[in-house]
Amino acid sequence: MRPISRKRTIRLAAALTVTGSLLALTGCGAADMTRQASPFAAVRDARTVTLSVQSWVGAQANVAVAKYLLEHELDYRVDTVQVDEVPAWDALSQGRVDAILEDWGHPEQEKRYVDDKGTIARGGDLGVTGHIGWFVPTYFAKQHPDVTDWKNLNKYASQLRTAESGGKGQLLDGSPSYITNDKALVKNLGLDLQVVFAGSEAAQITQIRQFAKQRKPFLTYWYKPQWLFEKVPMTEVKLPAYKEGCDADPAKVACAYPHTPLQKYLNAGFARTGGEAAAFLKNFRWTTEDQNEVALMIAEEKLSPEAAAEKWVKANEPTWRQWLPPKSR
Amino acid sequence: MTAAVTTPTPPSPTPPTSPSSSTPAPAAAPATVRPARLLRPLGVVALLLVLVAGALLAEGGWPAAFTVDLSEPLGAAGDWIIDNRDGHPLFLYFFGHVSNAVVLSVRAVYLVLLGAGWAGVTAAAGLVAWRVAGIRPAVTAVVALAVCGLLGMWVPTMQTLALMVVAVVASVALGGLLGLAAGLSDRTYRALRPVLDTMQVLPAFAYLLPVVLVFGIGVPAAVLATVVYAAPPMARLTALGLRGADKGVLEASASLGATAPQRLLTARLPLAREQLLLGVNQAIMMALSMAVIASVIGAAGLGDRVYQALASVDVGAALAAGLPIVLLAVVLDRTVSGAGARAARGGLLRGARGWVVALAVTLLVALTGRLAGRTLWPEAWHVDITAPVNRAVEWMTAHLYSGVPVVGGTADWAGRFTTWVLDPVRAGLQALPWWGVLLLVGVLALAVGTWRTALTAVLAMAAIGGLGVWDASLDTLSQVLAAVAVTLALGFAVAVAAARSARVERLLRPVLDVFQTLPQFVYLIPVVALFGVGRAPAVAAAVVYALPAVVRITTQGLRGVDPVALESARSLGATGLQQLRQVQLPLARPALLLAVNQGVVLVLAVVIIGGLVGGGALGYEVVYGLAQGDLATGLVAGAAIVCLGLVLDRVTQPTERRTAGKGA
Repeated sequence: MRPISRKRTIRLAAALTVTGSLLALTGCGAADMTRQASPFAAVRDARTVTLSVQSWVGAQANVAVAKYLLEHELDYRVDTVQVDEVPAWDALSQGRVDAILEDWGHPEQEKRYVDDKGTIARGGDLGVTGHIGWFVPTYFAKQHPDVTDWKNLNKYASQLRTAESGGKGQLLDGSPSYITNDKALVKNLGLDLQVVFAGSEAAQITQIRQFAKQRKPFLTYWYKPQWLFEKVPMTEVKLPAYKEGCDADPAKVACAYPHTPLQKYLNAGFARTGGEAAAFLKNFRWTTEDQNEVALMIAEEKLSPEAAAEKWVKANEPTWRQWLPPKSR
Repeated sequence: MTAAVTTPTPPSPTPPTSPSSSTPAPAAAPATVRPARLLRPLGVVALLLVLVAGALLAEGGWPAAFTVDLSEPLGAAGDWIIDNRDGHPLFLYFFGHVSNAVVLSVRAVYLVLLGAGWAGVTAAAGLVAWRVAGIRPAVTAVVALAVCGLLGMWVPTMQTLALMVVAVVASVALGGLLGLAAGLSDRTYRALRPVLDTMQVLPAFAYLLPVVLVFGIGVPAAVLATVVYAAPPMARLTALGLRGADKGVLEASASLGATAPQRLLTARLPLAREQLLLGVNQAIMMALSMAVIASVIGAAGLGDRVYQALASVDVGAALAAGLPIVLLAVVLDRTVSGAGARAARGGLLRGARGWVVALAVTLLVALTGRLAGRTLWPEAWHVDITAPVNRAVEWMTAHLYSGVPVVGGTADWAGRFTTWVLDPVRAGLQALPWWGVLLLVGVLALAVGTWRTALTAVLAMAAIGGLGVWDASLDTLSQVLAAVAVTLALGFAVAVAAARSARVERLLRPVLDVFQTLPQFVYLIPVVALFGVGRAPAVAAAVVYALPAVVRITTQGLRGVDPVALESARSLGATGLQQLRQVQLPLARPALLLAVNQGVVLVLAVVIIGGLVGGGALGYEVVYGLAQGDLATGLVAGAAIVCLGLVLDRVTQPTERRTAGKGA
């Protein structure tokens, strides 16, 4: 009997030691998940900013330029995280990222995080106005000028047909993360169209370029500002005019998309204590043309975002000087 | 991505060599036909008649009254997490610490890797591979790491490696423990098996969402999602190894008075060494394949580079970041499997002096590198592959998309495939009345399995209807069926060629390696550029992904055919084609069935990727759920994919595996 009980004591002691040391290791206290840096953050005690990048190139352009200036003018280290829009709001609220530079309007998230919880602060206009709409290639619109009114779309449905649209005309939609009422629009406007979701912006762009190469007619959900317009000129199809609140009920919507001044959002804590970086990001404000210039360099000339940002920064010093906080101007 | 390797290597299909089937007589079919077999064709005809009548008389689809709407409870759960994440004790005292521990360990590994510098890491990799696996894996390791540096991906590679190390250690520990429990207790084994089944079929995308809700985006969520994904094969193989231990040896050691723990340590575990190493190998492969998927939730490293390249439609950049993942997979695979071979010979870890030398050399190299101020890979040594790759992709899509003389362009093929194959199959499935589909599933499952498997399949199919995603699931099912058909046709043809000629097989091996490990995101743009947006590119992506495993298993099966049987066929004057049709294919039947099963499971695993290229249906809904933070849509669609997986698995799983102890 004896040896066994001794063994048991030893085992118990060992278990206690292990548990104890584990507890000691974790500090026994509360672990705040909102205060965790990335394991890959700078080794030195550097000043770090984390920016979220969304999947479209315009958003990459904003981040590339902001990152370049933060690193070269203000001496920060910048991390970027690519993440979809809604998860990005979540990450911003948790402090995993410090800023979103281009938001297309998420009323539900604004209410939850900005108004109710106060974990996210507004960062002002980006200076760029966004607009979602339906587009046809300009070569097609020139041949058939009346296609640019939604009332005539049914007439062209047969020309817009693809194998995927099952007898109807194809309305090409994009990534599931984008804001869209297209299914409801098609139904409520009585159009002979089938919404086909490309599933990702990369797939949508690739498909549009293939259509354009063959000069085939197509109809697509698309948005401005966007660099692809420089490569594939497209003309907007007029939908019933947008009126405040006409898109309030997702099932009944039968009007165009609004023009949205794109917004910046900062993590509330970062906005208060972020110092020069927060001040800079609040001041950051440029035009659609500026953004397109950088976006096109990234997407078309295949420059790395850093190289594209550097090129733009070298050429546009008066613009970005004003974004710097007064003492580093 | 690597789920091909996922499937714990097929229990080498050794066909039963009965004398009746080794004669190349026309009756190579089973000589003993049970009377029940004759009833089967009649049953099938009757079933078909019933189904056609049902489709004509009854309405297709699932009745709305039998569905459960889960969107409200799931939405409420999501809201609760968001509201309580910053203050609830569960998060502060449990998840917070888990998350902290992950960050700390990944950071520690990352700092060590960076501190060692490229010279130190390369030297260490080469020496370790040499010690455990021999000179060839060592050379592979050194060359592969150098290529990662040349591609300009040194830092992302180290980030991915750090993440991998932590995730793999955690999965091996977790999987090992689960496997140990399942290996020692029958009850645990039975309880655990369905859980492991589900984990393997569950699309990784579907559980990224809950993980992100709890942990937020970033490394902790990525590591945990990876562990969930990579632990099951380790658990399965550990259980398999322990259960398969030679009874005689165990009895001998028991009779020598060894206690249970002693027996475990001195007999059972060492006997299971090969399976354990295979488990580690599988865990590594699964973790690597997760590296890219996890980039969607901010995992950084190579996956993030692939994902960002995708946003600017840059195949070259995506490939430059994807290749290091392939290389890491090849190095780790060769090293661990080399170690397995050594372990089998009993030479592993022998010679402490060797390890001391290896350590000393590594330290020396690392120190030299540091003193020379060269810890990061020098930028002057970068080779840019993006431009030529993009040119090649552009040429391909410009010239093959349409208007190729005689055969027509890829877009035309895609269109025809959609109209003539995908549409009718989908329409047919959706026109069937719900009870007809359940009946069909049940009968098919009964034909290949037992009443128990049939019940599972029918219940899983009914669950799909109950979740309210009946139509979308049948749409997905039609794509899966079409993709499996194409995969099998191509796979069997290639495998026959590979089985006939050793040279073809040698040439094929690196190609299969690459396609098995290349992140699917890389070929997302090329498939759209070739086949347009829609279900056809989704099928193409699935075929590319599932083909290597089918080719491998089939080749192995055909090669394993008893040479005596082949020789006798040849001596009787059978032509090559006759040999193939009448001897090789019937004898390799178990392998072919396994290939069908694997083809189905793997094709289903890429359904999500199909959602990214216009495949719609369940894949799109899972992606939508993740992008919109919509727990209800994402999880329900994920659950439906799991159910479809169960149905397809039960319907295609050869009976042999059921009766002869269900291994891994």
